Amino acid sequence: MIIYLLRRILNYIILTAVASTLAYVLASTNLKPTADLEARRPPVPQASIDMVLDKLGVNPNVPLIERVWVWFTNVLHGDLGMTINNKHVWDAMAVRAGVSLQLLLIGSILGAIIGVILGIWGAVAQYKASDQVVTVVSYLVFATPTFVLGILSMIGATQFNHAIGTQLIVFSGQYSADTPPEFWAQLGDRLSHLLLPTLVLIVIGATSYSRYQRNSMLDVLGADYIRTARSKGLTRGRALIRHGVRVALIPMSTFFAYSFGTLIAGATLLELVFSWHGMGELAITSIQKQDVNAVAGSTLFVAVLILCSSTLSEILYAALDPRVRR
Amino acid sequence: MADLAGGRPLLEVKNLSVTFPQGESDVLAVRDISYTIHEGEFLGIVGESGSGKSVSSLAVMGLLPDTAEVTGEILFAGKSLLTMDDRALSRIRGSELAIVFQDPLSALTPVYTIGDQISEALRLHDRMLSKQAAEARAIELLKIVGIPDATRRVKAFPHEFSGGMRQRAMIAMAIANNPRLIIADEPTTALDVTIQAQILEVLEEAKRITGAAVSLITHDLGVVAGHADRVAVMYAGKMVEFGTVDQIFHEPTMPYTIGLLRSVPNIRTAGTERLVPLEGRPPSLAALPPGCPFAARCPIALPKCHEVEPTLQPHGRDIEHTSACHRADEIASGALTPPQIFPRPEALALGARAQGETVLTVENLVKHFPLMRGGVFRRRVGTVRAVDGVSFEVQAGRTLAIVGESGCGKTTTILELMELTAPQSGRIVLEGRDIATLSRGDRRELRSDIQIVFQDPAAAVDPRLPVGEVIAEPLLAQGVPRQAREQRVAELLDLVGLDASMAERYPHEFSGGQRQRIGIARGLATDPKVLVLDEPVSALDVSIQAGVINLLQDLRDKLGLSLVFVAHDLAVVRQIADDVAVMYLGRIVEHGPIADVFDDPKHPYTQALMSAAPIPDPVAERERSRVLLDGDLPSPAEQIDGCRFRTRCPLYKLLDEQAQARCVGVDPQLQPHGDVQVACHWVDRNTLVVG
Amino acid sequence: MTLSEIDIKSEGQRGFGVDVPDDPHPGTARRSLSRNALIWRRLRSTPRFWIGACSLVFLILFATVGPLLSPYTIEDQDVLYFNKPPSIVHWFGTDTLGHDILVQTMVGLQKSLIIGFVAGPLATALAAVIGAFAGYVGGTADKVIAWFIDLMLVLPTFFILILLYPVYGGNWVIMMFYLALTGWMIMAQVIRSQTRSLRERDFVKAARYMGFNPWSVVTRHIIPNVASLLIIDATLGIGAMILAETTLSFFGFGVQPPDVSLGTLLENGQAAATTRSWLFIAPAGVLVWLMLSINLVGDALRDAVDPTSGVNRG
Repeated sequence: MIIYLLRRILNYIILTAVASTLAYVLASTNLKPTADLEARRPPVPQASIDMVLDKLGVNPNVPLIERVWVWFTNVLHGDLGMTINNKHVWDAMAVRAGVSLQLLLIGSILGAIIGVILGIWGAVAQYKASDQVVTVVSYLVFATPTFVLGILSMIGATQFNHAIGTQLIVFSGQYSADTPPEFWAQLGDRLSHLLLPTLVLIVIGATSYSRYQRNSMLDVLGADYIRTARSKGLTRGRALIRHGVRVALIPMSTFFAYSFGTLIAGATLLELVFSWHGMGELAITSIQKQDVNAVAGSTLFVAVLILCSSTLSEILYAALDPRVRR
Repeated sequence: MADLAGGRPLLEVKNLSVTFPQGESDVLAVRDISYTIHEGEFLGIVGESGSGKSVSSLAVMGLLPDTAEVTGEILFAGKSLLTMDDRALSRIRGSELAIVFQDPLSALTPVYTIGDQISEALRLHDRMLSKQAAEARAIELLKIVGIPDATRRVKAFPHEFSGGMRQRAMIAMAIANNPRLIIADEPTTALDVTIQAQILEVLEEAKRITGAAVSLITHDLGVVAGHADRVAVMYAGKMVEFGTVDQIFHEPTMPYTIGLLRSVPNIRTAGTERLVPLEGRPPSLAALPPGCPFAARCPIALPKCHEVEPTLQPHGRDIEHTSACHRADEIASGALTPPQIFPRPEALALGARAQGETVLTVENLVKHFPLMRGGVFRRRVGTVRAVDGVSFEVQAGRTLAIVGESGCGKTTTILELMELTAPQSGRIVLEGRDIATLSRGDRRELRSDIQIVFQDPAAAVDPRLPVGEVIAEPLLAQGVPRQAREQRVAELLDLVGLDASMAERYPHEFSGGQRQRIGIARGLATDPKVLVLDEPVSALDVSIQAGVINLLQDLRDKLGLSLVFVAHDLAVVRQIADDVAVMYLGRIVEHGPIADVFDDPKHPYTQALMSAAPIPDPVAERERSRVLLDGDLPSPAEQIDGCRFRTRCPLYKLLDEQAQARCVGVDPQLQPHGDVQVACHWVDRNTLVVG
Repeated sequence: MTLSEIDIKSEGQRGFGVDVPDDPHPGTARRSLSRNALIWRRLRSTPRFWIGACSLVFLILFATVGPLLSPYTIEDQDVLYFNKPPSIVHWFGTDTLGHDILVQTMVGLQKSLIIGFVAGPLATALAAVIGAFAGYVGGTADKVIAWFIDLMLVLPTFFILILLYPVYGGNWVIMMFYLALTGWMIMAQVIRSQTRSLRERDFVKAARYMGFNPWSVVTRHIIPNVASLLIIDATLGIGAMILAETTLSFFGFGVQPPDVSLGTLLENGQAAATTRSWLFIAPAGVLVWLMLSINLVGDALRDAVDPTSGVNRG
């Protein structure tokens, strides 16, 4: 079993490495980090442009294969190169990664838990009013792009603040600069900033989890072993909880890996909408600024996150389903 | 036999009806049935699919889906079950009332160990029982149902058990709390005959230990004949005949029962006379015609039968023997005899049919699969010897049957044949041409000489093509022009007894039996020399089988076809085959003319197979003694030195050490014994009783 | 013999199988329905399908006929109405330059619809061909394709697309194809596994034994048998592609001015979303409505094809 897991994880690591390298190739061949310099008037001498290119490691005169190799070996040594603003990509990412992870972790964990509970509840109470309400809400959420949901929540929050007459919900940035330095005030300020984007992310996560869990649970409702459990003397409800839920959770481990990618994309968009200075913002702005190394670095960050979630999902799967253990 | 007269019955079902509301027309799954089961009795409930036999039993357990509308009364030990709520019922379920389901893989929760699932059953009804005590009891129960090494196996998960072992575990769970009634719902349907015999033995043992009554639901008349005290026959949601096992089998008074009994081949007598086909199919439960539901298929139906539905009434000497037929009195009195109702089609042309030249030769055919395992780097850890040196010949106009348990390699053998490519080892010669030497074009051409009919008629034809196109497919592959194809399709439909106008219809519009005829028509399209049949009737209802078997016999004789017939049902095999090859773990262990092999089986495995096959005759069943095999078929990946059968061989156990050493040391080859070839060292010492 | 009567699930009956024959009376009294007719019958009786289909038709008319009926074009600037909320003259209001939001929305929807209706089915076609090929041929080709799909799934599609942005630049036609190129993987996996199980089905084996080549078997037997899945995927794919387009355009990686799509309109409306919300609400509302209609149709199709699939899987 351990060996099986290791094999899967090794495969993910290779996939991650290949994907990140391909992303670097894509960025390095298509982005022109010196576009700004070249456009300057009077023209900047070619030598200094080349110097910048060399420092970034993206001089097109160096063969691509060599550039990729240098980048790749540097990454293995923990060096992600320089941004066009002459900072280490690693440093630029360190602060932002924390911001993004905060949003992602809270969003994915709470979203998953709420979604799973809603899904089970919906399946057991199929076609009852509560199930219908959840179904309608989920239709609406599925039909709305993440960023629209974010902006709509901002419009809603503005109305809400207006109605109660104070700025209870704040939705720009992670914190306000003018908050007094006391601990409670700081915490309250952070929380009020955190509220809206996290809530949106949870709603999105919970919706997809609940749909999936509901389906998985519905498949289980008719299973023969539920009937066997009842024939042993369990009531319907207890048979569903003791035997059904346990089995219905198995596909969720796979879904977790699948949905995490969507969630990362969602979180990225929300960071931009809510002006958080996270990894999503870095990824988007660095593409706009043609910053090769920053683009590659943020792609690597995403790929590593996916790697972690896939690994976690494999471990969960093996833990939940004895049939894959050997 | 149970005391039927005295005391109150254990289970009384009165006027039970079950309806599934479904859009425009409700499905009347069970209609107004009443029966009783007494303490310690063994009741058999027989019926084809859709007869309502399982639904009625699930109604007793209170395990029908919520959409079902159940009316009537069910009294269990004096308590009315239908008025109880789920909580009250759950106290009875599993303690006094237990059930064994058909498919033991899906019936066990995949994520809990066998031991935990048995312990749960114990602790649900005995709160004082400690975890350790429950586990100890679970091990004890597993030992009772014959699971070897129970102390270790109790920690196994269901997927680590074989089908037979899972069914044993299900029985262990059912008898955990000494129930008073065990309902067994097709408990052996998914299993091989040898395993079926073991499981039925375990069920009898469980009944002996707990003293429980058993209600066995099955479609297999042979299984009922061997075990039941009384039998209920169900048809289209109705109980149509009820009586003791001897009454049902020897003095049936309902034409359906009569037809069913006459359509089933009997391993003792099969092959000497034709089977009696029971034409037609049960009516739709959502659109029942008025009158007797069997009337449309009944050869002696009167106009009254189409108008008034008969009720279950006694017609003979015994008031306990009841049947639902307007003409039952005539039948009971002997005025109408079974042969009059279902006359047997003219007898087979017996004796040696012209033995033609050899059309197919298989020599030492080998098909091994690598068994891969490993973590980071996959490596070959063993070999699955699916087919390991199989040789046979088929002559023009003759039928060779290949029989054996699932996993013995019989299907792999024929699929390897159908590939028409050079085998891993050995030789296949079709029509005098070694297929290893064929060019691409030759191979395509030769494909028209060998065709296949599959087991499941629903899976064998593409649901999205009209049957005309399905049948014409092999011709299309051969490049036959459209006009000729259409003409041939009409001929073929006629040949298999279907109407030529049906070519436009889609497969789903046909019944299982008709679909199998379509499959046969497709197999015959290119006018092949050899028709390979992979379990061609095993997916069909009993009453449908006879017609298809008769058709195959006719086609063979009419067209001079050679058939290679793979089956596990020995009675069916005897009905149709001229020669038989018994396979065990990739090898043929006995091979010869069918009558010789079946009347005097020489290999211990053949003997065990023969004795495990149920006979639809209670007298014969009571008289026979069985040769039970131990355990399951070993995995074909297992390396067994010497004789492969020795791990389960009943003869091996009786041999002295010196003789055993030979079985371990020397792999027996097929040796002629009269007309039969047998791969056993000790044929002369084999004195096992054959049932 | 396997008379697994307990396995036969009757239509609409979830829960324990019941021994009701699935198709009780073919060919005789009432001619039973073909699979397609059955799907259509189920679809017909699903209100969700009609609600979705009707509003989808309405939205298509809104996007195509609408601009012809409107008194304004997208370039027109109404000097009397700068920045006005919805009124009788401008139903959806105007922006700072006096552009009519209604006609902008119509034209934007048009572009989004074109992108969705081209990229969605294109991605499905890719999925069908690649998935069926990998699943049927098996062996090394299958392993390579499966690994490639895994590779494509390492990065969220959104990231791949923004990485590709410098390649397609602002050209929405090329973008449409990139959307298809990055949107086929999940469905290809589904088709691949379906094909693998179909390949073991007897009728496919039979075709092989008759001597048909792989291409004939795939086109004759595999694709028609997964057609319903493909139709569902193409439908939901339209929605997914529109969603991708609007998201990309919103963040400046998609359709570029002067072209107008729902995404660019949303981008324009975003800045003032909390103050002049009509600028944002109008295109957002149309987008949500469109997505809702497509999802309703897709889900109704899925339920009609497989009644046991439950409601949408998300």
